[in-house]
Amino acid sequence: MDALGLYNYWIVIFLMMAGFYTVISHGNLVKKIAGLNIFQTSVFILFISMGYVSGGAAPILEEGVTLYTNPLPSVLILTAIVVGVATTALGLALVVRIREAYGTVEEEEIHVQDKDF
Amino acid sequence: MDQFPALLIVVPLLAAPLAVALPGRRLPWMLATGVSWVVFALAIGVLGRVLESGAISYTMGGWEPPWGIELRIDLLNALVALIVTGIGAVVTPFAGRSAAAEIRPQNTALFYCLFLLTYTGLLGITVTGDIFNMFVFLEISSLSSYALIALGKDRRALTAAYQYLIMGTIGATFFLIGVGLLYSLTGTLNIADLANRLPAVAGTRTVHTAFAFLVAGLGLKLALFPLHLWLPNAYTYAPSAVSAFIAATATKVAVYVMIRVLFTVFGADYSFGSMPLQPILIALSLVGIVVMSLMALNQNDAKRLLAYSSVAQIGYMVIGFSLATTAGLTAALTHVFNHALMKGTLFLALGAVAYRIGTTLIRELDGLGRLMPWTLSAFALGGLSLIGVPLTAGFISKWYLIVAALELGWWWLAAIVLLTSLIAVMYVWRIVEAAWFRDPPAHRQDVKEAPLALLVPLWVLVAANLWFGVDTRFSAGIAARAAEALLGAGP
Repeated sequence: MDALGLYNYWIVIFLMMAGFYTVISHGNLVKKIAGLNIFQTSVFILFISMGYVSGGAAPILEEGVTLYTNPLPSVLILTAIVVGVATTALGLALVVRIREAYGTVEEEEIHVQDKDF
Repeated sequence: MDQFPALLIVVPLLAAPLAVALPGRRLPWMLATGVSWVVFALAIGVLGRVLESGAISYTMGGWEPPWGIELRIDLLNALVALIVTGIGAVVTPFAGRSAAAEIRPQNTALFYCLFLLTYTGLLGITVTGDIFNMFVFLEISSLSSYALIALGKDRRALTAAYQYLIMGTIGATFFLIGVGLLYSLTGTLNIADLANRLPAVAGTRTVHTAFAFLVAGLGLKLALFPLHLWLPNAYTYAPSAVSAFIAATATKVAVYVMIRVLFTVFGADYSFGSMPLQPILIALSLVGIVVMSLMALNQNDAKRLLAYSSVAQIGYMVIGFSLATTAGLTAALTHVFNHALMKGTLFLALGAVAYRIGTTLIRELDGLGRLMPWTLSAFALGGLSLIGVPLTAGFISKWYLIVAALELGWWWLAAIVLLTSLIAVMYVWRIVEAAWFRDPPAHRQDVKEAPLALLVPLWVLVAANLWFGVDTRFSAGIAARAAEALLGAGP
């Protein structure tokens, strides 16, 4: 199999690095959450790509079909998506509270304010 | 009896929404306390069974492993479950008065709901035998503890919780990537099954990558230096009862997961033989112990001081299991047990201080020993245990660690462990000196001793510190047996 044939995994790696870099480099708390989302999504694609069997049909029992894709990774990812949604919701709720308390969502300005204490 | 492993998770999980439905502020607390005692009893029952008849396997919903989720309890996780529930059974009663003073009344029910969910998550991680299930419970406990930390009074609690959320999620996602890669090679998520199938593919780069992701992700979760940045703020600004509970249990459970992954899933030969993990972990831990102990010396807030000391103490546990010998693992597990006791004591004592004077800044503690003698002498005894003075629990863990280092002929390691204990003497002394050897300022003269509702849980833990400093048959005995099982079972 040539390197481009596994293009799913190249997408995974690109999204993973893009998301991770956004989390690390951005000072805006909302953008950090967005980066975290992209990072998590890349892992979802990784799992789902793994479950795919070349030429396999969707895993629904049907006559005449013998080759199915593996449904388990998709099921695992349903759980992981729920976890991801909960994380995003909690993260954004915290950002709202932070904005109420500090009047800003920029990390640097928050640091400046905390030094005043 | 057969249902005990499942009940350990189900009881706190069902009680959590119930706590929100209960009216008033006392009822949710009473429910949480009741639950914490019930699960403590369950954990004792489970440990008894394991001691009697070996590892327990419980098939969730009757689905046979490796297809269904298996709860698998051997000595190692029975011990960890006992630590989590034991600390919970002491901290939850304490939370009644302490949280009432620190948390807004309308949030009380939610506080206990989150507390019970954290409990569910931690116990779930501990008892499960399925590695994906472990990830889910890891996230349940983490998400609820982020929210618990954000309930702190100071607005910095919010930023601390946010920072913890970002780093914790990255850690958990790394763990998930590792699990995914392992699944892609072996087609199984059951830990025992995984351990059987991995040796056949151990040489591939995918396994190397999975190993790296798992170790880095768990390193974030257990606050291994230099991945500890979330920890000091989180422990400092969380409500007192939460600090005590999380400091004594959450990182310990992460250490357990690390041990499980390194020794059961990959096996000691792979983790410390094929992979160059030992020098990396030992070097990081040693730097961490020294730097974090020195950082602890320079803190103004007693809670923050303890948080930095926690990162240093985690270093001792990591060194223990990185030695990859029975003695080293025994030392690590004994320290997991003992450190939960000592940090629980110290954070509860500060919780009692915060209850009376509303702050834990060291400069505000002047002369408090005379006004609150019971609280501050409990703190002093906990501090002695942290340092590792003979007749306290801390001494036992340091002793085992030094013996384990000398067994390998690594006298320099033993020397560093002893020297860093001296730094611990210095930072504990800063608080003891302020509390006992200075005069209380005029505006503090009317401060009274903490109420019994706070003192009783505190002194239960102090007594445990002293008890397990003398009688080590239970703590170190079980740790040694668990360590032998871990190293014997490895492929």
